[in-house]
Amino acid sequence: MKSLAELQAIKEKMKNKVILREGTNDTRVVVGMATCGIAAGARPVLNALVEEVNALGLTENVTVSQTGCIGICEFEPVVEVFEAGKEKVTYVKVDVEKAKKIAKEHLKEGNVVAEYVIKA
Amino acid sequence: MKELSLNILDITENSVKAGATLTTISIEEIDDKLILTITDNGCGMTDEVLKTVLNPFYTTRTTRKVGMGLPLLKLAAEQTGGSLEIDSKHVEKFPENHGTTVKTVFIKNHIDCAPLGDVVETIKTLIQGHPETDFDFIHKTNEGEVTLDTRVLRETLEGVPLNTYEVIKWIEEYLKEQYSEIQKAQKGRKRG
Repeated sequence: MKSLAELQAIKEKMKNKVILREGTNDTRVVVGMATCGIAAGARPVLNALVEEVNALGLTENVTVSQTGCIGICEFEPVVEVFEAGKEKVTYVKVDVEKAKKIAKEHLKEGNVVAEYVIKA
Repeated sequence: MKELSLNILDITENSVKAGATLTTISIEEIDDKLILTITDNGCGMTDEVLKTVLNPFYTTRTTRKVGMGLPLLKLAAEQTGGSLEIDSKHVEKFPENHGTTVKTVFIKNHIDCAPLGDVVETIKTLIQGHPETDFDFIHKTNEGEVTLDTRVLRETLEGVPLNTYEVIKWIEEYLKEQYSEIQKAQKGRKRG
């Protein structure tokens, strides 16, 4: 049975780790979660990114968050990657499989997945 | 939206956008009805806005001229023979008890009733994306309740963010466990 004691254990564990959240966010991954995004399937994409970031051991430098309407509704689900010192990368029509590939190739290995990026 | 849990995600995002510090999501299954009530303490809407909010061409976003969230929820409810009601108190007129309540009734056994879908994913997604605000979730069925109140979790966590991976996993397992208990009870009832 899940219990609050388990949450307390998580708390103790986290307090011993140095949480580098403030200021050093090297990479921010933002998923569009407005009505257009949700209807197009952004919820599983967000969850896949959260899982992959954790599985690939990237939680110290990568944060995954949500945003409202980005304005390109027909291209939803949209995932934007902001890296310090680099230009924003906008991935469009993302699904769970693409999200996993983006996590592995771009977030982990640093190579933008050009075929999923929005065309100018 | 393919499942009602996606509408829930969508409308609750509105509450967060309105600056709510607490949003209550209540699902009650009574006889053939499913009553979904989302209540928040956000900035609320003035009477003028309330009159047009169900119009798909009314939106507060600046990127596009349509806002489909509430109209889609209304359609989902009405196509089952149900209804949608919105009540709102704007912060300027009601500085003490401002906020919005959206109450939707679905007739479950209507052929056009969308499935409730993955509510656990919706709650997870809300907390993951908005760890600073509180959500009080309750799903009441004949066989029992599923609940989660982030205020209680926050007290225990003492500053650890709610969107920490391990916490989100705990929340997912906690909710799934409660749903599993209810499903067992539902199967037991059908056999008996």
